[in-house]
Amino acid sequence: MAARSDQQKLALILLFTPFLLWIVLLIVLPHIGILHLSFQEKVGLREFNYSFANYIDFLNEPIYWNTLLRTAVISILVTVITLFVGFPIAYYIAKIARRRIRGALFLLCLIPLWVSDLVRAFGWIVLLRETGVVSGVLQWSGLVGQPVEMLYNDATIVIGLVYTVVLFMIVPLVSTLDGMDDSLVEAGFNLGGSRLTVLRRIIIPYAMPGIVAGFIIVFMLTAGSYLTPVLLGGKNSMWFTEQIYNQFITRYNWQAGATFGVLLLIFTSTVVWLGLRLSGQSLANTVAKP
Amino acid sequence: MRTQSLLARWIYHGYVIVFFVYLAAPLAAAGLFAFNDSLFPSLPWRGFTLDWFFSDTEPKLGVFHDDRLLRGLYYSFWIGLAVSALSVFVGTCNAFLFERKSFPAKNFFYVMMIIPLVIPGVILGISILVLASSIVNGIEERWGYEPDFLRPGLLLVVLGQFSFITTITSLVIAARLRKFDVEMEEAALNLGANRWRVLRTVTLPYLRPALIAAGVVAFLISFENFNTTLFLVGSEAPLTITMYDRMAKVGSTPVLNAVSVVLMVGSATLALISVLVQRDVPDGR
Repeated sequence: MAARSDQQKLALILLFTPFLLWIVLLIVLPHIGILHLSFQEKVGLREFNYSFANYIDFLNEPIYWNTLLRTAVISILVTVITLFVGFPIAYYIAKIARRRIRGALFLLCLIPLWVSDLVRAFGWIVLLRETGVVSGVLQWSGLVGQPVEMLYNDATIVIGLVYTVVLFMIVPLVSTLDGMDDSLVEAGFNLGGSRLTVLRRIIIPYAMPGIVAGFIIVFMLTAGSYLTPVLLGGKNSMWFTEQIYNQFITRYNWQAGATFGVLLLIFTSTVVWLGLRLSGQSLANTVAKP
Repeated sequence: MRTQSLLARWIYHGYVIVFFVYLAAPLAAAGLFAFNDSLFPSLPWRGFTLDWFFSDTEPKLGVFHDDRLLRGLYYSFWIGLAVSALSVFVGTCNAFLFERKSFPAKNFFYVMMIIPLVIPGVILGISILVLASSIVNGIEERWGYEPDFLRPGLLLVVLGQFSFITTITSLVIAARLRKFDVEMEEAALNLGANRWRVLRTVTLPYLRPALIAAGVVAFLISFENFNTTLFLVGSEAPLTITMYDRMAKVGSTPVLNAVSVVLMVGSATLALISVLVQRDVPDGR
């Protein structure tokens, strides 16, 4: 018996080691690293002091906190739009479509997921730029007299971002709605509920874990996205991850870059935490459902 | 819904169709212009050509003769394989750890396992870069030796992608392991097999569809990753970085459309394999 429990203990240690190495070396320590770096102020060549200077710089430079604010507002807007765009599609796939079509539609939804962000953004560029397909078609049909530039504005950034992330809303929604018994909806109607009441009182509460999961992933991906806003927004994109890149790679000011990174992380974590808190869900029963 | 009026139903169907057109449009545009016989990926259509794939002369140098793009593809492939192998291995360990073992603060560690999924990729990139370079500087100051492998390059790219992809592989494999009937293992043990043999002949074969699916998913995510890679890349740039570079320096050229086609065909094939493998699972999602 003693040998058996020793063996069990050994197995636990063997399984725990890779987990701990992964989490400590690649997640915990690196984040302590950027937090530490963000509190360092350069006072001379290779000389650093602890201070809040980087955070004060951030507050004193309107461009920086405006960019964060703008990123925050657009990300929340994109997340909400994504929910409204994606919910009917998810409901259609899970509940309305006939069995045979259901799988095919779900697969269709997934295909863009497996194509790089870069290809998707490139596709939008080919479509929307001044010499692009949409502009060409509009001219050919006589609706406009000269080429129209549809890139480099906020609407395009939002459309492109919604496109990049909508699948991450649809997939969790389909899996939760799939588990909903149709008789629940019928019972709602039989009891005299209007369509809106059934949606509000039965379908949405049932889909809540899926909605929260989609919300968290979509929001995080949007706020942390880089390619779509930079490529579709051009010089006007003013996206916070771009600032991080500029500080790190272009200006080689790692202290400022780390500070921005910490701020972005605090911001996204707060929204994720609020989302979980307000909906009464936990990370384990929303995001962790493959 | 039975009470739905005909008009509302038509609007709903129409919306679904419009949505799928929206999904397909940029991919179709990116793909189509790879076959246009023009120096720019734009209208008018000048006829069909395969030059952007196979031509070996400038200005229409095709993908399969473009050394830099091919090198990018080559690095992406090896990075993907390494990330996939590493994350499936650690993912399997994690699945057994959380499905089979009990230990103190298990919930806390479970949440720790999920957290990499909700950290923006850019931040994973910079934080690993910062840690690696402070290790390099520390070693250099103390021992006067510079560990080049911790400078931005292949190893850091692999580690950066591995850091969040492992969460995904862990969840996929754990979901399958949860459905496993432990009595099957007990039966094998009663028949005299030792633990290692049971694992090898009963449990792992049962997990195989999930292991393959997790591996394919890990490979694809690694292959298309940009945000984390951007900060950790050295001189051996994978395809997404090479492509982005080309886009920034040369502007859009149809050779990028051709790369897009190659990528779409490649990912579709792999995704199809993963779907077919999972289809054997009777109750698998």
